[in-house]
Amino acid sequence: MSKEKFDYFINGEKGKYEVVIGLEVHAQVLSNSKLFSGSSTKFGADPNKQVSLIDSAFPGMLPVINEECVKQAVRTGLGLNAKINNYSVFDRKNYFYADLPQGYQISQYKNPIVGEGKVLLDMPYGSKEIGIERLHLEQDAGKSIHDMDPSSTYVDLNRSGIALMEIVSKPDLRSPDEVNAYIKKLRSIMRYLGTCDGNMQEGSLRADVNVSVRRVGDKKFGTRCEIKNVNSIKFMQMSIEYEANRQVELLEEGKQIDQETRLFDTKKNETRSMRSKEDAHDYRYFPDPDLLPLKLEQKLIDDLKKSLPELPDNKKERFIQEYGLNSYEANVLVSEKEISDYYEEVAKLSDKKLAATLMMGDLFAMLNNKGLNISNSPISAKNFAELVQSIKSGEISGRIAKEVFEIMVESGDNPKKIIESKGMKQQSDPKELEKMINEILSKNKDKVDQYKAGKEKLFGFFVGQVMKLSGGKANPQLTNEILKKLLKG
Amino acid sequence: MSNITNQSLSEILESIKSKKISSLELTQAYIKNIENAKKLNAFVTTTFDQALENAKKFDNKPNNELLLSGVPLAVKDLFCTENVKTTAGSNILNNFVPSYESTVTKNLWNNGAFLLGKLNCDEFAMGSSNETSFFGNVINPIEDHLVPGGSSGGSSSALAADLTPATIGTDTGGSIRQPASFTGTVGLKPTYGLCSRWGIVAFASSLDQAGPMTKTVNDCSIMLEAMTGFDEKDSTSINKKKEIYSKNLKDNIKGLKIGIPKEYRVDNMPKEIDELWEKGKKILKNLGAQLIDISLPHTKYALPTYYIVAPAEASSNLARYDGVRYGYRSQKGKDLIEMYENTRSEGFGDEVKRRILIGTYVLSSGYYDAYYLKAQKVRQLIKKDFDDSFTKVDAILTPSTPSSAFKIGEKTNDPVSMYLNDIFTVPVNLAGLPALSLPAGLDKKGYPLGLQLIGKALDEQKILNIGYAFEKNCGYKNEVKKWWS
Repeated sequence: MSKEKFDYFINGEKGKYEVVIGLEVHAQVLSNSKLFSGSSTKFGADPNKQVSLIDSAFPGMLPVINEECVKQAVRTGLGLNAKINNYSVFDRKNYFYADLPQGYQISQYKNPIVGEGKVLLDMPYGSKEIGIERLHLEQDAGKSIHDMDPSSTYVDLNRSGIALMEIVSKPDLRSPDEVNAYIKKLRSIMRYLGTCDGNMQEGSLRADVNVSVRRVGDKKFGTRCEIKNVNSIKFMQMSIEYEANRQVELLEEGKQIDQETRLFDTKKNETRSMRSKEDAHDYRYFPDPDLLPLKLEQKLIDDLKKSLPELPDNKKERFIQEYGLNSYEANVLVSEKEISDYYEEVAKLSDKKLAATLMMGDLFAMLNNKGLNISNSPISAKNFAELVQSIKSGEISGRIAKEVFEIMVESGDNPKKIIESKGMKQQSDPKELEKMINEILSKNKDKVDQYKAGKEKLFGFFVGQVMKLSGGKANPQLTNEILKKLLKG
Repeated sequence: MSNITNQSLSEILESIKSKKISSLELTQAYIKNIENAKKLNAFVTTTFDQALENAKKFDNKPNNELLLSGVPLAVKDLFCTENVKTTAGSNILNNFVPSYESTVTKNLWNNGAFLLGKLNCDEFAMGSSNETSFFGNVINPIEDHLVPGGSSGGSSSALAADLTPATIGTDTGGSIRQPASFTGTVGLKPTYGLCSRWGIVAFASSLDQAGPMTKTVNDCSIMLEAMTGFDEKDSTSINKKKEIYSKNLKDNIKGLKIGIPKEYRVDNMPKEIDELWEKGKKILKNLGAQLIDISLPHTKYALPTYYIVAPAEASSNLARYDGVRYGYRSQKGKDLIEMYENTRSEGFGDEVKRRILIGTYVLSSGYYDAYYLKAQKVRQLIKKDFDDSFTKVDAILTPSTPSSAFKIGEKTNDPVSMYLNDIFTVPVNLAGLPALSLPAGLDKKGYPLGLQLIGKALDEQKILNIGYAFEKNCGYKNEVKKWWS
């Protein structure tokens, strides 16, 4: 890996500024039912079709904790190398809004289920550790729809009560690129664990972004602004760029930064003040008396730990050891569980190194062009492995391989079948090749003489003729060898 | 059979079982009483047609195996009842018809009873006189100018006036025991978590507990048995084996140790309350119980603690009444905030607003530690006082209330003096313990007075037994002249 230097700074006239970023990521827990009710969590249902009496806060309704959501939070905490708290408390966060039926959100305030942890990022300038402050469970609110009617707001409560994990990072991030790597790593870990699908289009992963700036070398953090509810990595990066520059400009002008909550306007690419610190809500947190404190037995935590799948960091190390990959290759191939599974299946049946190269080259390019991902790749891992082996064994040439690959994409067929039915097998029989080459040499005596007289460029011409005669199937290496030998004679 | 309605629940059950009376005749008798007693304003909603249907159904196919076979019951209007309007005594729910049945009422119906109507109560159970109800105050059948106590005032009034054979209330700070005491009836607040809170309009979640109100201790044991049971829909419900309180009811209390807490002798307490307490001690002593002086040193902090914890929880619990999804919605207001403001201003009464304000205040940032957090700590100390005492005694005897029923309007402008009515009852809720209020005598005006037996957590059987023995030897019989009919 090339060791570049970290260089994300903002240059003002008065100095160089460093950007300090902390994220509060809201990740939707993968579970069949909501955090405190039995309603379904499936995405895309008609409005208000997945709403129980509890989700809509009817009188006398009571929350009952969904054990699976608790386990998912613990698994995620373990995946973040974090401390799991045996004792945690659900609190009420009180505020009024039309899509918040209870008039409070059940969340965890002072005693979260997961404490401090860490996430490792692979940056071009080396690996970087990002601290996790905490992870807590909370309910999602419903959705207010303001643009369906000129005079009314519509409310959809399907999302109301769905379990979210709020994952709070320490202010350890220093650039939009690190934010990109952090979100991807977090998503990768949760997808490995099966605790969050990480689908940002469906809102399964969103973040509040805290941004502040300080002069390089300063120990004290600057005043931060929180950009609320950003739902794509691109927007996170854009909003950070804008916000950091806005803050630097203010400081350069000798002005102060007000601690406030801001919104990112994706159309104008700017952040706008939403409310100042003085207007901040007083959420009047207090322990929810409808729920007992959550006490986790150590055995449950230990059992969950034992049943944890191999996570990207460990898998990367193993890929390096077991498959002889370099750090970059290993990193790419473990970035998503599905990719790593595909690779391992291919590597088991074929050359490990060549498999990695071809996957990261041709296969990824094809998927990218077609807008597909590995799980709906038209080429199965088994077929891909066969293709790798056909190349490795010299059965087909690299050039033919590209043709076979194209046909595999279109037909989904097995490469052996394609090679055979189309007669694409490489000609690797030296006797046959010698026969072919002799034929060409005897037909082109003048060129042979010129070659022997020193016009060595003509070597390529002979190769071309061999390929032409063989229909491209001549083994290039053997062809070269035999040609050289015969031309010498 | 004209006298059936002034009998106890257990006598009525016996009459139905032996076919001395049909469920229909019984139901008709209560309906007649209720129609004649409109002056008491005990009912918010009656479900006569439904009750008569159910009575007929029972008579056609009687099943006498159940605890409450064929008996019509009216319940406090805080219990959600399927397809029957449930108001919690509030304008904000005056059009609310639940699609579900509370666990406690469902348990009653599963035990063979059926609904006769919904009983008036203080708005969201906030009150000690049933004067805060949107549906008007309830009158104590003892005398026409007296309050029936609260918040289960409709329940106590209906029970004492023979408008229901037994009933249920809820008790957050004394709302079963105080009205029982004011009307000469029996009221039990069970251990927190014994009755499911699912489907009961919440006031203060960590204190609310449903319980029976009856004419006798035996009736109380039957009702308690019918109401209780683990409910996985309530996370605070206690998972334990169901007890058979009625079968296990015994009047032998020889050797039991009864604690007498010195802190319950408060300033300005009427002499007759003291005398009543003395009378109670004597009766228990004569039955072979041993009286032991105990101290519950943090008692004096119970009321202020209660009036922080309960409003805090209430302020949050009542946030859902916003006019958005159900209940009353003001038609005034140009945006969401104004809709909230107008809906809640018009929908809630003064006492509810007062408690929402107090609760919001004590939870506010900067005040939380000084009020709410401190109150929670004191609550632990109060609980500890009881825990310590119960290592020495089996039950604790105190007066139920510091006075008999007061006049309608007497305390409405003085919330603090109103709150003081709960001084003997709130410590029990803060500690989550069971307590039974027993009719024990009359004051010199002829108004009923009650004594309270506090038990260990889940020791309902013991206080019922003591109450049963007490009742047999007390020589008190509630006499209610039916001046209204």
